[in-house]
Amino acid sequence: MPMNFGVVVFPGSNCDHDAWYSVTHSLGQKAEFLWHDSERIGNVDAIILPGGFSYGDYLRCGAIAKFSPIMKAVRRFASSGGLVLGICNGFQILVESGLLPGALLRNRGLKFICAPVDLRVATVDSPFTSAAHQGQILRIPIAHGEGCYVADERTLEELEAEDRVLFRYVDNPNGSLRDIAGIMNAGRNVLGMMPHPERATDPLMGSTDGRVVLESMVASFAPVRK
Amino acid sequence: MSAIAPDLLAHHNLNPSEYQTILALLGREPTLTELGIFSVMWSEHCSYKSSRIHLKKLPARSKLVLQGPGENAGIIDIGGGYAIAFKIESHNHPSFIEPFQGAATGVGGILRDIFTMGARPIAVMDALRFGPLDDPRKGARNRRILEGVVSGIAHYGNCFGVSTVGGECVFEPSYSGNPLVNVFALGVVRHKDIFLARAAGVGNPVIYVGAKTGRDGVHGATMASAEFTDDSKQKRPNVQVGDPFLEKLLLEACLEAMQTGAVVGIQDMGAAGLTCSTCEMGGRGGLGIEIDLAHVPQRETGMSPYEIMLSESQERMLLVASKGREEEVFAVFRKWGLDAATIGVVTPDNLLRVKNHGVIVAEIPNPALTDAAPVYDRPHGKPYRTAPMKGPTFSSNDLNGDLRRLLASGDLCSKRYIWRQYDYMVRTNTTLGPGADAAIVRIKEAGISVAMSLDGNGRYCYLDPREGARLIVAEGCRNLSAVGARPVAATNNLNFGNPERPEIMAQIVEVIEGMAEACAHFETPITGGNVSLYNETRGEEPIFPTPVMGIVGLLPTESPVTPFFKAVGRDIVLLGGAGACDETRFGGTQYAKQILGGLWGLPPALDLDYEKRTGAAIREIIAEGLAESSHDLSDGGLAVALAECCFSPGNIGASIELDSGMRPEYLLFHEAPSRILVSTANPARVEEIAAAQRVEAVRIGNTVAARLTIRNRGTSLIDAEVRALENLWEGGLERLLDGRLVQT
Repeated sequence: MPMNFGVVVFPGSNCDHDAWYSVTHSLGQKAEFLWHDSERIGNVDAIILPGGFSYGDYLRCGAIAKFSPIMKAVRRFASSGGLVLGICNGFQILVESGLLPGALLRNRGLKFICAPVDLRVATVDSPFTSAAHQGQILRIPIAHGEGCYVADERTLEELEAEDRVLFRYVDNPNGSLRDIAGIMNAGRNVLGMMPHPERATDPLMGSTDGRVVLESMVASFAPVRK
Repeated sequence: MSAIAPDLLAHHNLNPSEYQTILALLGREPTLTELGIFSVMWSEHCSYKSSRIHLKKLPARSKLVLQGPGENAGIIDIGGGYAIAFKIESHNHPSFIEPFQGAATGVGGILRDIFTMGARPIAVMDALRFGPLDDPRKGARNRRILEGVVSGIAHYGNCFGVSTVGGECVFEPSYSGNPLVNVFALGVVRHKDIFLARAAGVGNPVIYVGAKTGRDGVHGATMASAEFTDDSKQKRPNVQVGDPFLEKLLLEACLEAMQTGAVVGIQDMGAAGLTCSTCEMGGRGGLGIEIDLAHVPQRETGMSPYEIMLSESQERMLLVASKGREEEVFAVFRKWGLDAATIGVVTPDNLLRVKNHGVIVAEIPNPALTDAAPVYDRPHGKPYRTAPMKGPTFSSNDLNGDLRRLLASGDLCSKRYIWRQYDYMVRTNTTLGPGADAAIVRIKEAGISVAMSLDGNGRYCYLDPREGARLIVAEGCRNLSAVGARPVAATNNLNFGNPERPEIMAQIVEVIEGMAEACAHFETPITGGNVSLYNETRGEEPIFPTPVMGIVGLLPTESPVTPFFKAVGRDIVLLGGAGACDETRFGGTQYAKQILGGLWGLPPALDLDYEKRTGAAIREIIAEGLAESSHDLSDGGLAVALAECCFSPGNIGASIELDSGMRPEYLLFHEAPSRILVSTANPARVEEIAAAQRVEAVRIGNTVAARLTIRNRGTSLIDAEVRALENLWEGGLERLLDGRLVQT
């Protein structure tokens, strides 16, 4: 039985369809859209918070999305151990919601950057990277204006000590502290990352390195499947 | 109501004879609101009064054209029950006054034109023209305008969620006071989901959706139809402010509402806002529309009927729904959190009737605003040009230095600084993004891909408008063929100065006629476009005549052929041959501009038939999988094109041996068309295909590691490290924007 991904649609989400397409067409899994206005997520096995500009990113990226009804359900889902992947704006929403520590500021160069970048897999001890090799280089695109990850020193030390940094930029494009491109929560079931793995699952898009994130999720889900 | 004084007319850009026509059409004096309505509908921007009779000369039909000019966008059949809608629009005047918002709302406007047709926008390209960034007097302002325009495009397109997949950016002094921002957009639609901007069904409700109406943009269309004066800065309130988030919601809501089956017709409110959408929707359907402004959602209090009718607030649409099914439409807009209000009804009388709280404030026959709008056959003599026919005497003593300067120049350097600010991947369709000869997006639903290219060349058109226009069409088609796509249709944006000057009008006429000839030859009908006139600032030179062509082509969905060499040891074939050049034909080249600081003579000579056969040959070469790389020659000629082929991560260079009697500057840098560089492992088969098309194919050398060398009959002309050239090319724009001197 294929795994069923729920892709949240906020007003202003614009990578929702891309996430849906890569899960269904590139990975052969199932996906359905979850409307922001509902507190119910139905029968999904994992949740993707896609990229885009939720609620126009007014006030601050992700700041309004955290108050949406669906995020209550996402919090419940996460606290019960469900896999949650926040990509780009999804990562911003996760930090605004307190599901992940730190904050995402404007890129160091103050400009939006769209480019394929190289990431180094910093740990394979996660349901999002279990199918990767430690230190593997993944070429995955970024497309953001506010992706500079920051956190206080203690939080950064904690992330390192608990092996919760999943990806680091090989050539830091946005000024993120310690080259951080993606981090996990303490429960190791919520990942936020600025790069877009869903844009790198089809050879025609120039890279399939993003598959490993989604494939890891599928693989880690399999053992508990009834 | 005899208050219509001459200065009031002048304020509305209407001349006395136009006013007499209005009196005759109405049989009475217009109200102030009616005068405002006439002024925007009869503006150059909306009525095309100076260009209309000439635009009819453009070919507009082919077997693939589902919708030609006259709607919000043209539509082309791509097979499998799918179609693409595309068009180009300018936002030149607003972008000068307020670069960020002017450019942003330019993107917003063209996106609405696309989804009005029922199509989901999936790609945007931009043709930009600015004054030189290193101009000692105006450079700072030009740099500020470029930064603002690029951020505005990025802001709107990125947030909306459409890929900005390419474009072009050129610098000339004549654009210092008149930057050009032309935005092309393309969307996908199923045949059966195509919507037209047409009212139907007497008694059907007219529904307003989207943003509330404010005072912004009142008289934007008339502003865009006049020269700039010192007062233009005071027109700042005429520039609208865009909200891409709202537009994204509007897109989703409109497409969803269309699926309910309750929508009869729909049109965006762009230039001339509510005025244009009501009278055009009514007029196209042969029916009337009656609205009451009291029902129009407004974000300011105390707006007059005049202001509401002329407002150009962004992100608004007007639709006609089936009577009794309004609630289905409202439900969709509620879901997306958008305002929707019934503001009127379709009537049988072919009148635009505007009420305010039940009192009629305007009542005009639709044809008076559209069909009866003035059409001028403006006098046109000899096209404006001051350039001489003969150029300076010159002889280069540093060809390597010349190449470096060309590669670092604003026109030829990498535009990566610009396009990396654009999300060119969102919706995961872009198989070939910015920086190639053409962009390619796959159409997932239809299993086919669409290539697109934007091209313009003001220098060529200045020297010879007719030949320049033909060359632009040829280059656009060549760009498409160079990625393996068959050109099928086009859209044009005609940017010129003041058409009331016969020498400018002559440029317009010559360009349109040249374009018509070339488009007919390449079988690329023009399915719509835009005309932007009065691009001159009083007391300064008018812009170079700058037609911009957006051409689209079709190709199978597969791994794209890029311009970059892939491996060493391959043969490099110059398809089309070395071309010909003389002193006269060298005067429009980039070498003449960047190295000699001149502009003279004529643009390169073009043989339309040879160009077409060259295109057919390269498409066949690519279809057979023979081309490892393919790159057309254009600005900067052979040497620049060869260098560009080397700028890939693989650091692959070329060793070239030429055999030509041409003087080295011409041989390396002349810009004769119909030429494409191909690297291949099977040159013999490439030559066979070329021969069958009666096109020259010359093996000029091989790919090698890391170095570009060009020799002619044993003499070294160019010898350079690829990486050194690439660094100059890659950083050219940033150096210019930093205001630093370019060290070559």
